[in-house]
Amino acid sequence: MSDSILDIEKPLEKLEGKIAELKKLNADGAIDLTEEIYLLEEKALRLKEEIFRNLTPWEKVLLARHMKRPTALDYIQNIFSDFIELHGDRLFADDPAVVCGFAKLEGRSILVTGHQKGKETKENLRRNFGMASPEGFRKAARLMKLAEKFHLPIISFIDTPGAYPGIGAEERGQFVAIAENLKLMSRLKVPIVVCVIGEGGSGGALGLGVGDRILILEHAVYSVISPEGCASILWRDGKKAPEAASFLHLTAQDLKKLKVVDEVIPEPLGGAHQNPDIVFENVKISLLKNLKEIEAQYSAPSFEESLIEKRYQKFRKIGIVMEIVESNSKKY
Amino acid sequence: MEDLWEKCPQCKEVVYRKALEENLKVCPKCKHHFRLTAAERIALTADEMTFKELDPFLSPGDPLGIGKSYTEKCLEDEKKTGLKEAVLTGTAKIGGVSAVLGVMDFHYRGGSMGSVVGEKITRAIEAAVESQKPVVMITASGGARMQEGTLSLMQMAKTSAAVAKLNEAGLMYLCVLTDPTTAGVAASFASLGDVILAEPRALIGFTGQRVIEETIRQKLPPGFQLSEFFLTHGMIDLIVERRLLKETVARLLQYGKGGLS
Ligand SMILES: [Zn+2]
Repeated sequence: MSDSILDIEKPLEKLEGKIAELKKLNADGAIDLTEEIYLLEEKALRLKEEIFRNLTPWEKVLLARHMKRPTALDYIQNIFSDFIELHGDRLFADDPAVVCGFAKLEGRSILVTGHQKGKETKENLRRNFGMASPEGFRKAARLMKLAEKFHLPIISFIDTPGAYPGIGAEERGQFVAIAENLKLMSRLKVPIVVCVIGEGGSGGALGLGVGDRILILEHAVYSVISPEGCASILWRDGKKAPEAASFLHLTAQDLKKLKVVDEVIPEPLGGAHQNPDIVFENVKISLLKNLKEIEAQYSAPSFEESLIEKRYQKFRKIGIVMEIVESNSKKY
Repeated sequence: MEDLWEKCPQCKEVVYRKALEENLKVCPKCKHHFRLTAAERIALTADEMTFKELDPFLSPGDPLGIGKSYTEKCLEDEKKTGLKEAVLTGTAKIGGVSAVLGVMDFHYRGGSMGSVVGEKITRAIEAAVESQKPVVMITASGGARMQEGTLSLMQMAKTSAAVAKLNEAGLMYLCVLTDPTTAGVAASFASLGDVILAEPRALIGFTGQRVIEETIRQKLPPGFQLSEFFLTHGMIDLIVERRLLKETVARLLQYGKGGLS
């Protein structure tokens, strides 16, 4: 699994290997290495802090795509209980790149959806690396309408390189499927909390991503186009992806400044995969807090109308334009 | 020479420019529909002298601080097209019916949707809800604008939400997809029409052909992602030749609420 270790992780990996070696020697009891081990552990921690404090946008992209990073099902299984996965769009097929189902969050009934990447190559092939086909968006649409019918809040986990680029996907109206979901999600009369856990890849991500709150993990990214795609269009050179990653302002921190996301959820040092239990707990706390806040905002009987109007205004405000009003230039 | 003649990209014949213009920029030999400017679109669609522009003072900022490589290209395109952005919106009469009309222009930044395009489209749809008018949207776009990053992506959600409001008001929404209408624009307001028309052989779809070919490692079939392909697959209602477009839009508007005011 050496290919699942990123370049930025390598010096750390080396140091941690050495510590493990010393610990083994120490256990043998011939010489006392406690002091050396302690010093190396201190060094490793400082190195880790150093590396992860100064991640470039491109390194964040790589971390967001990390093979060991927890996937939507990991979050669902560790945060929720009694998950019942439901399949199929009732039109054509079941798309394994999208998972949906009922589940309990601290005893509350929820409809949960998400893009699902594979844990290894074989599963990734089956799930198209989390790239949804029209059937995936339509399965989610079908079940989100059920959520509205049964007054269940929706939680949606975003983690995809983008919508699936294939002949069949186009034939069956990939563009229509995404657009219909954007329209549907903008008007569903139940709270929707979206959480970007890894890669938020363009329209394929947004197709499950309209909601009352948009949360994002500390090292997750959300972009209009992949850095590789951007580099090959702008500079005819896909290898300039690291530059494109900076250009695109796709990090959680940038998106918070641009008011595209509402909250950045902290990850453990070294990224979510280094200590998944911590990130599950952080996400759970944030989901519960945001659901509670949304529900506390309004009271019956106008709850549903206020909810969708506020959601409308939330997206309505996104964007920065110049407008000349009576010779005054106004930027907002 | 170059001013008088134009080569048809489809049949490769050299066509007399004046003849082309008289034929609504449709190749007299092979019926290839050349791309139109926003002004040509309006002239073709709105009743004479009825178009009144909405929000004429919106222009792109540089929200990500990209600098000259973005702002200068916008200014260049502004000079070239006379437009401040890739879409013109306004009110107009179409065959005597009052409507809100949006026309995109591919010659300005490839018709791409950044904050301003999203904002103008949203405001236009909101104005239609306010004044109880139907909306006719004529699209031409390569998708979301990279230079405004995720803000561009979010315009897809914003414009689609506005269409939802128009739907709830019971007002007709007509989309006319012209060459090309792809990616983020195709996957938002352009494909949410109550009725979706397309010009012949317009390139439509979500993913670019090069990306699909690289992913599936095979050649794409001829006609892939053209209007005819999507008509066959049930994604659009009707393919309409340019000379019949206005008449068809006007006929359809008769069936919508607010269409007869
Ligand atoms: Zn021709």
